Amino acid sequence: MELKLKLTDYRTDVHNNWCPGCGDFGILSSIQQALFEMQLNPSKVAIISGIGCSAKTPHYINGYGIHTLHGRAIPYATGLKLANPELEVIVTVGDGDGLGIGAGHFVHAGRRNVDFTVVLYNNEVYGLTKGQAAPTLNIGVKTKSLPKPNINQAINPILLAFAAGYTFIARGYAYEVKHLKELIKQAISHKGSAFVEVIQPCPTYNDIHTKEYWSGKGNIDPKTGKEVPRYYKLEETGYECIITDETTEEEYLNKITNFIKKAYESGNRVPIGVFYRDLRFATYEERLSSRMPTYKISPPAKQEIADKKGNLITNIDKILEEFAI
Amino acid sequence: MSKNFGYSWLIGGAQGTGIERGASIFINSVAAAGYYVFGKREYYSNIMGEHSYYYVRFDKKPIRSHVERYNILAAYDAETIFRHSTEALPEAAIIYNSLLKAVRLSEIPTIEKRLRNEISKKFNLEPNKLNLSLILEEAEKNGVKAFPVDYTEILTTVSKKTGESLSELTIMNNIIAVASSLALLKLDFEVLVKAISKTFGNRKRVIELNTLVSELAYNQVNSKGYSNEFNLSLPKLENNSKRYILNGNQAVAIGKLAAGCRFQTYYPITPATDESNFLEAHENIEIKEEISNLINEEKEFLKTEGSIVVMETEDEIAAITMATGAALAGARASTSTSGPGFSLMVEGLGWAGMNEVPVVITLYQRGGPSTGMPTRNEQGDLRFAIHAGHGEFPRIVLAPGDVEEAFYDTIRAFNYAERYQLPVILMLDKFLANSVKTIEKIEANKVKIDRGTILKEDELLKLKQAGKEYKRFEFTENGISPRVFVGTNNAVFWNTGDEHDELGHITEDPIIRDKMMEKRMSKLLTASKEIPMEEKLNYLPATKPEITIVSWGSNKGPILDLIELLKDEGIEVDYIQVRILNPFPANELRGLLEGKRWVDVESNYSAQLAGLIRENTGLKPNYYIVKYNGRPISLDELYIAVKRTITSEAPTRQVLRSGA
Repeated sequence: MELKLKLTDYRTDVHNNWCPGCGDFGILSSIQQALFEMQLNPSKVAIISGIGCSAKTPHYINGYGIHTLHGRAIPYATGLKLANPELEVIVTVGDGDGLGIGAGHFVHAGRRNVDFTVVLYNNEVYGLTKGQAAPTLNIGVKTKSLPKPNINQAINPILLAFAAGYTFIARGYAYEVKHLKELIKQAISHKGSAFVEVIQPCPTYNDIHTKEYWSGKGNIDPKTGKEVPRYYKLEETGYECIITDETTEEEYLNKITNFIKKAYESGNRVPIGVFYRDLRFATYEERLSSRMPTYKISPPAKQEIADKKGNLITNIDKILEEFAI
Repeated sequence: MSKNFGYSWLIGGAQGTGIERGASIFINSVAAAGYYVFGKREYYSNIMGEHSYYYVRFDKKPIRSHVERYNILAAYDAETIFRHSTEALPEAAIIYNSLLKAVRLSEIPTIEKRLRNEISKKFNLEPNKLNLSLILEEAEKNGVKAFPVDYTEILTTVSKKTGESLSELTIMNNIIAVASSLALLKLDFEVLVKAISKTFGNRKRVIELNTLVSELAYNQVNSKGYSNEFNLSLPKLENNSKRYILNGNQAVAIGKLAAGCRFQTYYPITPATDESNFLEAHENIEIKEEISNLINEEKEFLKTEGSIVVMETEDEIAAITMATGAALAGARASTSTSGPGFSLMVEGLGWAGMNEVPVVITLYQRGGPSTGMPTRNEQGDLRFAIHAGHGEFPRIVLAPGDVEEAFYDTIRAFNYAERYQLPVILMLDKFLANSVKTIEKIEANKVKIDRGTILKEDELLKLKQAGKEYKRFEFTENGISPRVFVGTNNAVFWNTGDEHDELGHITEDPIIRDKMMEKRMSKLLTASKEIPMEEKLNYLPATKPEITIVSWGSNKGPILDLIELLKDEGIEVDYIQVRILNPFPANELRGLLEGKRWVDVESNYSAQLAGLIRENTGLKPNYYIVKYNGRPISLDELYIAVKRTITSEAPTRQVLRSGA
């Protein structure tokens, strides 16, 4: 019988150099706890990141950690997962990483529904290059290192993920670690591409949406006269949006309308939780299996390609016959 | 001189009217009659309407190149004749559509202004006065025989007989041109019938129609006595050897399947996409029966068949990074592109170099820079492939010269990639990719599979039990650290594009940086030492060479044919074909070239290989022959250019300019 893995088994001893108070700590901790609670074998876990503060995540997790190029984590992850579908693949990207330079890959992942999880660290700024505006920063906002207020509108990550075709869409908050951990567990368990946006304060460069801001500073509930957080949990409102093959067109329209309303909520009441689940689409792995019957049992990384003497074992004679005179 | 070139046939027409299909039937016919063939395709970056042509040379002996001349021009539009009428060999035949005699040059919008003016000037007539009749008359004055074929009569007859509408049948103009050509050559009609069947597979109706059309074309040519007027004929040859007709795209694709490539990515681009399409069409892979039985006894899970995942990605950056991801998981993985796509891939190339990931990139060069000439030939990316990427990292660059080498070198590319844990760039070009050639055989086991050092789960367990940690980038003497596939039990590792320590974690420590840089770069030295000379270059020595030709890639075809041609005249030349361009075989080349008179032959402007030779050996060629007009080097122009170097009449630099 296997020994039960401890939480520390998912940690490394690499010195963590994120700024004190960084929201990344909460996300890292949520991922480690999720892996621990799911008792996933670290050798079957691959954490793929891009570039930026978020991209250091894999170095702090004991699992195969692939720290890639700016914006390119998703295609690396796609290749890994499709070559060996038994891997549990988690992509950690930043807002600039995932929705700026990597926006194309982010969108195209939605078309494929590869069975992996994308966690988007959204602090609205490019932290590692000292606080420039990220694609998720609202127009008119001037965070502290911007010389002028932001001149671009913000991308709505939830709606973009929906339009792209992600089949599981959620949002968490970096300092709601337990809640976020549960979201990540659900995302990992989901069959298909799961997207988790994480609202994350950047204590160094985002002086607008700070930890205090999100916890409710200046947001007074008129009934109680007390400060209340600027986020709320969707599940506590009874909200749910699950689309299946049985969903009628009318139901679908109702659900989607509701979803879009939730996705647009901002300001003092930002929803966190699971926004959307779509169970209608086969995963990319299943689509490949339907064309290639042996894909599942011998995916690309598991196939023998030579005998012990190094003789190639692929039968090319039949193919060559197509070209025979 | 023409007899040395064998037979040449050219079919032309508007893009989208079945030029390639027609050529394919022609090729299958002459090949079935026992002849060796070489076929070259020229087309515009266009789907419908622009002029496209297919050139086929065939002979009793193996051939590997084209000449810019023909014995038969098979045309069903006027433009083809306007463009190619002056490329006729003495006593050549031009087959044309008799209804088009009145078409004037001014009525053909797809002929570029420059060419229109040139044709107009040559005939001393305004474009609106110069019609096809006049062009043909001029050709006949030069000894060409022009044979009018009534295409419409044939198609009308077929329409009446079969009930098919005439407009549906116009697509069969191509087969009329092909059949008329073969009738002129007095080829047994049955050979053509078989070739039609082979070309169209199980499409019965299409085969019937094409056969009927062909029969009528044969009848017309014979009843008009054309075949007696034409002096060439194509007797069936005895041929017992097994032969195949393949192009470079196909050879690489089959090579990838054989090599065990199980993950291929691509973003559509000419002239690379055909390779990926071929792989996707063959995504379910058979394993040799005797082997599968053996493996099945050992491991139940492995079935007799495998598969290759072929991914059309959102762009070339995704293509290379996705392939790299698959390679990390342990699959032999590759991508395929052309210059513009390779430009986008460069950041991914650097990451693979930094993280020592074996990924193979097939780079089909085409006319550059920028979009350049998407469907035309060039070898302009050599320096780019060798230097692509910021910073310094090792990569191996190899360039096969023909269809056979394309197959074997593809397998080697994966071997090098895995043995030395680095990206490998396999360079071809449009000429090699799109040209077909008769080959005798492919020896599947000539190149063995070498996957390098890979640690498996049980070995890692032992390491763990010994209290040792697996280090992905462990410092070793030859620079190669044992590799582990992502997902292997009893290990984890880290990768990063940042400089890293042995475990793969980020470091900026100057001492580790030095050691890691030296470890990575030393793999090139290891590769240089281990790779045998015969894989680095081909050397074809002569007893008394008049000059040594040095070249790379697809120029091999015209060069080998040239060597034979010169031999017939009693002239001997040496030939060195550089096949591994990085790490550069400097010592080997210095040994071969020192004290020799040599000529560098390349399809680019700046003679990039010669530059590399000079940089690495200090040696400089006596002559340069370069070409960059987008058309591959033809045998006839190379013959003239090389001969001038032998007689010392040549200027230091000759630019070849032939091709339509």
